[in-house]
Amino acid sequence: MNNETAYIPVKEDFVLAPPELTRSAVKESIGGVKHETVRRFFSNKSSVLGVVIICLLVLLAIVGPYISGHSYDDQDLTRANLAPRVPVLASAGILDGSEAVPMTSGYITDNKYDELGLTNEYYLFGTDKLGRDMFARCFMGLRISLIIAFAATAINLLIGMNYGIISGYFGGVTDIIMQRIVDIIGSIPTLVVVTLLMLVLKPGMGSIMFALMLSGWFEMSLIARSEVLKVKQLEYVQAAKTMGAGHLHLIFREIVPNIVGKLVTQIMLSIPSAVFLEAFLSFVGLGMPAGTCSLGTLLSDGFANALLHPYKLIPPAIIMILLMVGCHLVAEGVKKATE
Amino acid sequence: MLKYIGKRLLISVITLLVILLILFLLLQLMPGSPFNDEKLSPEQVAQLKEKYGLDRPVIEQFFRYIVNMLRGDLGVSYSLSANTPITELLVNRFPITVQIGLASMIVGTFSGLVLGFLTAFFRNKVLNFIYGLFTLLGIAVPSYIFAMFFSYFLGYRVDMLPLLYDFRTPILSTVMPIMAMSFGVMSVIARFAKAEASDVMKSDYVLFAKCQGLPNGTVIMKYVLKNSLMPVITVVASLLVSLLTGSLVIERMFSVPGVGGLLTSAIDSNDYSVVIALSFIYSALYIVVMLLLDILYCIIDPRVRLGGRD
Repeated sequence: MNNETAYIPVKEDFVLAPPELTRSAVKESIGGVKHETVRRFFSNKSSVLGVVIICLLVLLAIVGPYISGHSYDDQDLTRANLAPRVPVLASAGILDGSEAVPMTSGYITDNKYDELGLTNEYYLFGTDKLGRDMFARCFMGLRISLIIAFAATAINLLIGMNYGIISGYFGGVTDIIMQRIVDIIGSIPTLVVVTLLMLVLKPGMGSIMFALMLSGWFEMSLIARSEVLKVKQLEYVQAAKTMGAGHLHLIFREIVPNIVGKLVTQIMLSIPSAVFLEAFLSFVGLGMPAGTCSLGTLLSDGFANALLHPYKLIPPAIIMILLMVGCHLVAEGVKKATE
Repeated sequence: MLKYIGKRLLISVITLLVILLILFLLLQLMPGSPFNDEKLSPEQVAQLKEKYGLDRPVIEQFFRYIVNMLRGDLGVSYSLSANTPITELLVNRFPITVQIGLASMIVGTFSGLVLGFLTAFFRNKVLNFIYGLFTLLGIAVPSYIFAMFFSYFLGYRVDMLPLLYDFRTPILSTVMPIMAMSFGVMSVIARFAKAEASDVMKSDYVLFAKCQGLPNGTVIMKYVLKNSLMPVITVVASLLVSLLTGSLVIERMFSVPGVGGLLTSAIDSNDYSVVIALSFIYSALYIVVMLLLDILYCIIDPRVRLGGRD
């Protein structure tokens, strides 16, 4: 049967495909994967809800302080401790600015707007004990908290991602030394790091960001490292390596695009934890200095007189919960879409 | 395995030393000195310094400091309660914090396990909804917001539980702090338990057990529960640490006379020696818990002790 000698291909039988063709094919397949991930993310109802919540909150953080017509730091002691009053609902008798004031013999309903003759004033979330508009303050606080959280997360990402990638990519002695350093830093509880730093530094936004950064980058680096270790063994990375790709090309063109999903998930989880830590610092008395506001200071001020004026606590608490829910929904969505 | 444990032990010791060094440096950097009094003459200051060993070289002071800290001599409080040894301040407070922490751990773990396992076993809509709602709330709502709502409704409007810690009713007083702190624990445990149990239910050996005709209850009790409980145990220890942070704020809110409350009031009154001593205790606790957790992990999961290499 095998009489004829099998045909042995010679070099001339093969022609290199024109570079445009291979490039477009690669682009198409990469584009396809990206498109597919994005489509899967947005086909999930709860992740869309998360995106909507976050967008809404960011928008309110930008414009919120200006739309109520009152400034966030205008003090007017005659208008202190007003209850919330909403234009349309007020005529229906809900949220019309009256509040139940506890007396020794039970509650009496009291409307300070009427007493002060402020018939045409509306404070949507009420005012605080210095007569400042709570609506403007809440969204100003949200803005400050978000700036702190975004900045801290961005720095964490920058340091943690690079640290993790270098450690995982080069391996060997580099990895061992870098991981021992992370082991030691990671064993110091965040709480202690943040508290001690805040004692030494001047209170303010910069110090809070610094403290959050110092305590958060190594988690990002652990995730980046473990992902790099998984990806660097895969065929396409090895193929690129055999074709003579340099370290930078391998890291940023082959590896990083494939670990983005995990990093985004981690980013979405570290934003709420930064907001959480900021609020914690305010409670302990190491937060933003008086005069400025953040979600944490609003919550702790609200708690201080929550029994008399519960309405001061509810708006910042709801904003905080919405932010947490939004971030977690997006994180879950990204996790599901990239797996 | 011994090699792994030895390595972990070494890292823990080094970490502890690094922390001690940082704390010592901070103590040196802190503003003010205990001998700021203008009435003291230079000779008297020198005498005091000699008494407390502050005239020795810094290196020697550092070693003395390490030895003192490790022997349990945490220094003296300056402003919070003048000249009281910090250990004395801690004796009464430590048990309360540990009690509340352990109780919320137990309540949270138990309810989380029940919620997670039930949802995994009976996959019905109502349970799934409750599970989804509770886990999302537990993760998204910080414990102090729970604490605020509990204290407003249960403590103030309904007046069922004491608003602030009351020495006459220690058990009733800790109900609200425990409720607030166990919610987060519950949601983490429930998520973990559900994921583990669902994985085990899909495994071949459970299918095999069912094919042998074993009743559903036996399969769940003997195979699923046993195999999905182990991984959950390892999460519990790491949660214990995060409870420390939560307890700080919660103790302040309900004025619980625990360690957390001591730390916050020390921060308020700039009593650095107390803050630093407590930081040492928190770090040491954290390191010990993490060490035990890693050793436990290593015993349970052979991949940790055999592998570890990429």
